[in-house]
Amino acid sequence: MKLVTHNMLTSKCLKGVNTGYPLKLVVKEIRVQSSDFNKEFISKMIPRLDWAVFVVAAKQIGHAGNLPDQLLPDYENNEELLKDVHHALFEVDIYEGELICPETNRKFQISEGIPNMLVKENEL
Amino acid sequence: MSFKRPEHKAPPELFYNDEEARKYTQNSRMIDIQVQMSERAIELLLLSEKRPYYILDLGCGSGLSGSVLEEQGHNWVGLDISSSMLFVAKEREVEGDLLLADLGNGLPFRPGSFDGAISISTLQWLCNADKSCHNPVKRLYAFFSSLFACLTRTARAVFQFYPENSEQIELITSQAMKAGFFGGLVVDYPNSTKAKKYFLVLMTGGNMPLPKALSDGEEHASHVQFTNRREKYKNLKGKCVKKSKNWILEKKERRKRQGKNVRPNTKFTGRPRSGRF
Ligand SMILES: C[S@@+](CC[C@H](N)C(=O)[O-])C[C@H]1O[C@@H](n2cnc3c(N)ncnc32)[C@H](O)[C@@H]1O
Repeated sequence: MKLVTHNMLTSKCLKGVNTGYPLKLVVKEIRVQSSDFNKEFISKMIPRLDWAVFVVAAKQIGHAGNLPDQLLPDYENNEELLKDVHHALFEVDIYEGELICPETNRKFQISEGIPNMLVKENEL
Repeated sequence: MSFKRPEHKAPPELFYNDEEARKYTQNSRMIDIQVQMSERAIELLLLSEKRPYYILDLGCGSGLSGSVLEEQGHNWVGLDISSSMLFVAKEREVEGDLLLADLGNGLPFRPGSFDGAISISTLQWLCNADKSCHNPVKRLYAFFSSLFACLTRTARAVFQFYPENSEQIELITSQAMKAGFFGGLVVDYPNSTKAKKYFLVLMTGGNMPLPKALSDGEEHASHVQFTNRREKYKNLKGKCVKKSKNWILEKKERRKRQGKNVRPNTKFTGRPRSGRF
C-alpha cells in the first residue's frame, strides 16, 4: 500500500464511525520501487491530499525527504519538492503492517502490500 | 435459477479461486476480451488531454484492466473481493495499489479523491444476495453513493457488465440515480449476439449527452439515457393516444433506440387502412 492510498483511505464503512480518518499506520516491512515522475500529475494530486496527514505518515516510514510541515503556495514550480512528494506518495510500498481505525481501534491487516478492508456484516 | 452465469454458481470470493484466477493469465481469448473492453471503457471516460489521471478500478481482479490504464499512463487503485485474483495481479507486478474489499459495503475513501472509475465484468455480481443478510438494493445504493462521493465533481464512471435481464438494468440504474449520478446505457453492437456489450456510463457533474455507441453500420447503435423521475412523469402525461399516428411514430422511435429493426417511416405510416386487402 502506497502513502497516496493511505491518504485517501477511511474506515467510515464501519458502524458508528464518523470520519474514520486518518487510519493509524503500523509498519513492519516496506519496499521501495522507483516509478516515473510526472510534474503535472503530482501538482494535480497535491490539493487533494490531507497534507498534514501525508507528512506525518512520510516521516513515520522514514521517507519524508525535505517535505515541509506547511505546504508552500508556489509548490507547482518547486521541482525538488514535487520529487520528494512523488517519492513518498508513489515509490514506497507498505508491504506488511496494519491500519487501525482511529475511532474503534479495529485493525485492518496489510499483507503482501494489500490491505484487507473486508468487514463482517455485524460491523456494518 | 440458471447456473450458466458464474454469479449464480457461488459467491465471488469463492468462485474466483486460485484456479479461476489462473485463467486470467493463461487463457488468451479471455485476456483479449478483458483488454478490449477495458480500452473501450477508458475511451468512454472521455478524459481530457491533461494526463495522467488517478482512476479507480472496481473489481480489478488480476489487473488486466489496470494494465490497460497503466499503458495509457494513468495511476490507479483497484478493489476486489477475491484474494486469489489480487495475488495474480501482484504476480503480474501491476503498478496500481490493490485493496481487498467488498464493493457492496461502500468504498472506503475520502470525498473527491478520484478523477474517474472503470469496472469490467463486475457489476452484475452486486445484484445477488450471497448471504442471507445481503440486500442487493441496499448494497448497490451503498456502493453507488460512496462512489459518487469519492469522485471529483467532473468525473465519470464506466461499467462494462452482463445484465441478466431488464429488471436488473432497472435495479442498477435506479440506485445509481438515487445516489446522484446522471448518465445511461451505451450498448455497442446491439444486434450482434457475440459482440453486443453493455456499458453503464455515469457522470457526477450534470447531465451530458452520452457518447456514441459502436455499430457495424447497418444496425442502429443504441443509447438509453435515463431521466429523473419527474421528467418521466411529465412524459407520461403527454403520452399519445394508443394506435394514433404519433403513438406509432413514438413507438418506432423507441424501438429504434433499443436497437431493434424498425421499418423506415413513409407517408403511409399510421394511416388507417381502407379495410380491403
Ligand atoms: C470478470 S472479473 C474482472 C477481471 C478484471 N477486470 C481483470 O482485469 O482481471 C470480475 C471480478 O469482480 C470481482 N467481484 C465480484 N463481486 C465483488 C464485490 N462484491 N466486491 C469486489 N469485487 C467483486 C471478482 O472477485 C472478480 O475478480
